[in-house]
Amino acid sequence: MRALNRKLLRDLWHLRGQVLAIVAVIMGGVATLVMSLSTYDSLVETRERFYAEYRFAEVFAYLERAPEPVADRLRAIRGVERLETRVVAGARLEVAGFDDPITGRILSLPDVGEAGLNRLHMKRGRRVAPYSSDEVVLSDTFAEAHGLGPGDRVAAIISGKRRSLEVVGVAVSPEYIYQIAPGAMFPDFKRYGVLWMGRTALAAAHDMDGAFNNLTLTLARGAREQEVIDRLDQQLARFGGTGAYGRADQFSNRFLSEELKQLQTTATIFPTIFLGVAAFMLNVVISRLIALQREQVAILKAFGYSHLAIGWHFVKLVLVVVVLGVLAGSALGAWFGQGLAGVYQETTFRFPYLHYRLNPQVVLIALMVSALAAVSGSLFSVARAARLAPATGMQAEMPTAYRATLLERLGLQRWFSAPTRMILRHIERRPLKSLLTVFGIACAGGLMMVGNYQKDAIDFMVDVQFRQAAREDLAVTFIDPTSGRALHELRALPGVDHVEGFRDVPVILRHRNHEYRSSVYGIEPAGVLHRSLDRSLAPVRVPPEGIVLTDHLANNILHIQPGELLTVEMLEGRRQVLQVPVLGITRQFLGVSAYMQRDALNRLLHEGNVVSGAYLAIEPGREEAVYAALHERPRVLSMVANAAAIQSFYATIGEFVLFYNLVATLLAGSIGFGVVYNSARIALSERGRELASLRVLGFTRGEIAYILLGELALLALAAVPVGMLVGVGLVAILVQAFESDLYRLPLILTSANLALGATLIVVATLFSGLFIWRRLGRLDLVAVLKTRE
Amino acid sequence: MTSSTDAQPVFTALGLTKTYRMGEVEVQALRGIDLELYAGELIVLLGPSGSGKSTLLNILGGLDVPTRGRVSYLDHELSGADESELTRFRREHVGFVFQFYNLIPSLTARENVAAVTEIATAPMTPEAALELVGLGNRLDHFPAQLSGGEQQRVAIARAVAKNPAVLLCDEPTGALDSTTGVRVLEVLEQVNRELGTLTVLITHNAGIAAMADRVIRLSDGSIAEIRSNSDKTPARELSW
Repeated sequence: MRALNRKLLRDLWHLRGQVLAIVAVIMGGVATLVMSLSTYDSLVETRERFYAEYRFAEVFAYLERAPEPVADRLRAIRGVERLETRVVAGARLEVAGFDDPITGRILSLPDVGEAGLNRLHMKRGRRVAPYSSDEVVLSDTFAEAHGLGPGDRVAAIISGKRRSLEVVGVAVSPEYIYQIAPGAMFPDFKRYGVLWMGRTALAAAHDMDGAFNNLTLTLARGAREQEVIDRLDQQLARFGGTGAYGRADQFSNRFLSEELKQLQTTATIFPTIFLGVAAFMLNVVISRLIALQREQVAILKAFGYSHLAIGWHFVKLVLVVVVLGVLAGSALGAWFGQGLAGVYQETTFRFPYLHYRLNPQVVLIALMVSALAAVSGSLFSVARAARLAPATGMQAEMPTAYRATLLERLGLQRWFSAPTRMILRHIERRPLKSLLTVFGIACAGGLMMVGNYQKDAIDFMVDVQFRQAAREDLAVTFIDPTSGRALHELRALPGVDHVEGFRDVPVILRHRNHEYRSSVYGIEPAGVLHRSLDRSLAPVRVPPEGIVLTDHLANNILHIQPGELLTVEMLEGRRQVLQVPVLGITRQFLGVSAYMQRDALNRLLHEGNVVSGAYLAIEPGREEAVYAALHERPRVLSMVANAAAIQSFYATIGEFVLFYNLVATLLAGSIGFGVVYNSARIALSERGRELASLRVLGFTRGEIAYILLGELALLALAAVPVGMLVGVGLVAILVQAFESDLYRLPLILTSANLALGATLIVVATLFSGLFIWRRLGRLDLVAVLKTRE
Repeated sequence: MTSSTDAQPVFTALGLTKTYRMGEVEVQALRGIDLELYAGELIVLLGPSGSGKSTLLNILGGLDVPTRGRVSYLDHELSGADESELTRFRREHVGFVFQFYNLIPSLTARENVAAVTEIATAPMTPEAALELVGLGNRLDHFPAQLSGGEQQRVAIARAVAKNPAVLLCDEPTGALDSTTGVRVLEVLEQVNRELGTLTVLITHNAGIAAMADRVIRLSDGSIAEIRSNSDKTPARELSW
């Protein structure tokens, strides 16, 4: 067997170009798998550890106000392990030198000692001193964005009163790993900040002495979350509770879960494609190799090597290639994974630390998947080699049978030169192989398009959200629902162009056994700033008496059709439960909501002309003045500026998109080149004799290149539209897989992206063509005179 | 049919030497060959394996260049010609017949010939060429549908269709049984007679030598003997 092993090594060396190309493809597949799975594992594990170490609560509830002794009754609820009350206040923040509006959220910490739940991980500085009146701890994102640290001061307007606060520390909380301002679409670290201060000080500022408006709890072992939530809701109803919820609905946690789910999807889809293509290429290469070696196989068999021994020999060849690919892929994947996890940690998952972990199981999975794909792909050819009778193997193969192609039989024959006929017949002779080649090349084009799709999708979503639907420059929220007269004051501010009031009420929407916690937005029916869009993204009026739901909410969450009645439980005021007809569906990519006319909503609530806030259009260049004027208004709780939000969003995700595109391009490129080069290389070894004969007969290098590369070009050309279809298909899978109530990806493919997919195919083909062209110059003309095939 | 010495030779070789490096060893394939070949001649190159006959044929056919010495085709110097000049020379003047036919499997008999006539300057039609080799009735058959002898005759038709000045055949009967081989030689003989094409035929089968005008025997890279056949044997009477 040692001689066979030596043969194996020589075969590998002889085929090194092709082996490298296959290794590149396997590497691409394994790298994606390892990158995605290890990033996923690392993030999940980091999250679990962080949650456990810092006692992340399991149930959360907001209420208007309850006296502290109520807490003891709540602690008595069966299933509650540990319950802590807090004061939470919305605020406007001011940082010296930064004029844009900043929304803040201030949470209370126990006056003495550390919190029992949702503990802070201190990154810098110290905790708030006992009973201090003006010390705060900042969330790390906000502190970093503004370059703030211990010793700096920020101002906060709490309940209309301005207070100057001293920063003593910077921290991360398991509750706010993903931070987004209420009403905003994207994280904006500069314009949204979470702060912690002492309970007594915050209660005094927010008028909550001896009371609380927020609680969190952990569950006893074996407790049923829903039962605890129901009991809690019962007890909190009279204190203005807005409904307790579990971790699954906790915003930061839910977002992390969605992101992780996406990662998991990526970890399944992409490696499947890469490894599928790799298996196909292996199959082609191995079957060709065996065809070339049939004589040697026959001789080995004549010597008395068993089928098994010879079959195993080829399986080993395949496995060596697989192992090389898996090793290279694991290394690359671990490297990418660390990069990706790092990018995630900087942009989305603000864990204070990251446990990067490459689970050996992941590499094992990669090895098994690749080996299975490759060996099964090669099994047919190997079986055929082992089956050859020695005598048959040693005879020359008969000329391959060809026939006139369909095109020629249709009478188009006279338009084709002999070389063109050779191309057409060769393609038609092995239609499956040609098809697979086309499909392999197409996959590379498709993957390239998927890599670029993400950016296009984000652009599209931003465009729809901010240029079609939410077109206001600034959304202002008041501390409490306010008389509609406030709108007149806003209109009167210099620099304000247009004002539309809105009313929003937290609700639970129910239909049959489906329910969803959301807000109903009462908007102006003839509004031009905040609009509802129909299926084709054209603005539509919200009808006077019914409710309009986001498509995803209606179709996939509540399963309700227009015309049916929706149960709306108001979580504010008198907490009515009402039946409202669904009168329309609106298309929305970011978030889900329900819309009504503001007047209709107020009538349902038995309130007069009331607004929760207003959408403003501001004259270009007057933004600063308007912000300044609004800063003076104590009733303004928060301001969200769209332009700034979009900008900061792009800044945040820019790095992520760049990284993702780089990886996708590298991988698509490796597949594209791998497939095209291998196809051409195999064609060359299959037809080298034929082409050399033609060279002897006086054909130039260009003329024989036409025969070989013409076929390649034709297949690549066919792969361009197929690649676009593959791209559309992959994007459709992504759209389907990533559908969530946080956002839905639009199924769009820009012409630039289609062109990119085509470009990848063309470039891969040109490169392969160049390599083949050089090889054609080295064809051995003398040998063909003497050798039979 | 020995040509008169005052006619211009088709090929003139002077001191032709060819040295190959085979790994560590230097192999002298040709050691100073002087030779003149004339139009219309049927030459048989005879010699054992390694005697240099294939190397000589390759150099005459423009597939290889000599290490030293000169070779010319009519007024064209072949020694020192570059790749594209050699390609043009093969394209315009040389017909090749291979031991293993080397037909293009994806083209029919007619198209195999057409592949060459399409790039030639004054060819005969593929049909006429195939008629010449007695395959007028097999025009649209693919190689896989033809016997070995038929495939070799298609190869001859392909070689002569462009009306080359010289026809080079490397062991054309090497892969055929004797009856089929004789049939192929008859076709070569007929082409040589009717078209007057200088035909050089390599064989290690001495029996074939009887049909040649001149027999050149090579041994160890040198010409051991040049013998003129005053009394040629027609191919059909050969056997081995």
